[in-house]
Amino acid sequence: MKIRAIVAGAILLFIAVAALAPGVLAPTDPLAIHPLESFRPPSFEHLFGTDESGRDILTRVIHGAGASLLIGLSATAIGVSIAVVLGLLAGLGPRWLDFGTTRFLEVLFAFPGLLFALLFIVIYGPGIVTSTIAVGLATAPGYARIIRSTVLQVRRAPYLEAATVLGRGRAYRIVHHLLPNVAGSLFVLVTLGIGQSIVWASSLSYLGLGAVPPAPEWGAMLSAGRTYITSFWWMTFFPGAFIVLTAVATTLLGRSIQDRTRS
Amino acid sequence: MVEPLVTDPLPIEGASRARHRWLPWALLRLGGVVFVLWAVATVTFFAIRLIPGDPAEAIVGGPGSQASAEALAQARADYGLDQPLLTQYLTYLSHLVRGDLGNSYSLRSPVVDVIGENIGGTLLLAVVSLVVASLIALGVAALSVRGGRLASALASLLEVIAAAVPHFWLAIALILLFSTVLGWLPPVSVPGVAGLVLPVLTLAIPLAGFLGQVMRESILAAISSPFVLASRARGENERGVFWRHALRHAAIPAIGLTGWAFGALISGAVVVETIFARPGLGRSLLSAVQQRDVPLVLGVVLVVAVGYMLVTTLTDLADRLVDPRVVRR
Repeated sequence: MKIRAIVAGAILLFIAVAALAPGVLAPTDPLAIHPLESFRPPSFEHLFGTDESGRDILTRVIHGAGASLLIGLSATAIGVSIAVVLGLLAGLGPRWLDFGTTRFLEVLFAFPGLLFALLFIVIYGPGIVTSTIAVGLATAPGYARIIRSTVLQVRRAPYLEAATVLGRGRAYRIVHHLLPNVAGSLFVLVTLGIGQSIVWASSLSYLGLGAVPPAPEWGAMLSAGRTYITSFWWMTFFPGAFIVLTAVATTLLGRSIQDRTRS
Repeated sequence: MVEPLVTDPLPIEGASRARHRWLPWALLRLGGVVFVLWAVATVTFFAIRLIPGDPAEAIVGGPGSQASAEALAQARADYGLDQPLLTQYLTYLSHLVRGDLGNSYSLRSPVVDVIGENIGGTLLLAVVSLVVASLIALGVAALSVRGGRLASALASLLEVIAAAVPHFWLAIALILLFSTVLGWLPPVSVPGVAGLVLPVLTLAIPLAGFLGQVMRESILAAISSPFVLASRARGENERGVFWRHALRHAAIPAIGLTGWAFGALISGAVVVETIFARPGLGRSLLSAVQQRDVPLVLGVVLVVAVGYMLVTTLTDLADRLVDPRVVRR
């Protein structure tokens, strides 16, 4: 399964270069308007075609990688941070705290992902920041449940029992044994989560509740192309394809890390 | 979730199932459902109060409408917004218990009626998609388990891609292929089976990706387990092993995922119903969010929460029937 990790790594490397130094891959200006070249279908000159203002879609997709990746990373960071607090409270705290947190999570689970995000947006209004926070909050309960069960699992592990027998204190056991072992599965969660967060955030943008045009962000490009779907399909198809590519690559990478830590 | 109710030192399948006390389980479950629904109603009620701006403005047509002070006061009185918060909350709860979800701001009709008109379309879409997704997942899992390592690796990649595809993008790709290029199916959802095909495929393919990953893993685990070896030793052929043992074990994690799948389908329905212009709860919810139609948003969220609780309770029940080990644990 090495090929899987290599392919995923190569895709993510490309996207990372696009995010950090877009000028290297696409030297022209992503916002430059060429009215005479609007709505060109994909050709050798414009591999992904052009949009309504004659801007090159490939250039815009490459320049949009940074913003899209940042949204995915921030949303995942928000979700995982909340989840870590809830998961540790439930997994390490006294029984009543575990009971309370678990009931709280059950209530949150009754709001399926996108619904929770929509509820948040109806309160705080649409936009790039609120949609990122909304995605983070919507994904937190799922992460929290996984972290709680990992903590409970690690708590019962023989090496923790051994540490207790050796007379290590509670704080020592948590910092030196429990947290490093939970961190491993946390890393996998984050990797798997980034792709999903980008997909969620771009769905919100597509619905007109997230990032707005003319920013070269993938979700914003999608919502701009939405009006032209039937006639100029390349405007939505290619930015969307990059979202899929990123999500697949992060999933594959997450899986290979998971398999490695398991064996 | 629920504490084990039976601690049997020497559990025998039939005996332990008969001795399993259903009444305490049902009461606990019912208590949990009532608690979650109350909590959902309370959280949403108070969350909505966080909205900046005057709700009366939203009622009379948004912040730009420049409504007169009389009109605003009238709207406040009509919707009970001039009452103290606690009174509003108690009124809201007492109406809720009687099945009254208030009036939609934008449609000017009872929320219950709006939901009643739209729930059928979403239910049909979700149920058909769940069935199609399960069939695709099972088919791919079965083929890949029999097909050896290469087939398994290919199926695994397909599942990852399917699970990662955003609904809106899949919908666009399917419309391009089947409507624009091939011209076989309508690009918007028309009544009847033809209009249902593309929305169902859009919802079912990503779900099948998730389900397939889980099913394949448990089929593989079942096939290499002692009880399959035993049944092979008894002379059962491959087909018998697959249908009798592997399939049943594939069903267990799939049942456990149904609650999650329900959420995924409802989330997906928001996108799919919007793209295919299909009437349903998801599309109503999105337009309610765009117009800040608070009662309608609350109503849809509550109905979805009820649906989620129903589904998880049923799957818990199904789990206990399909897998006797759950009761013993």
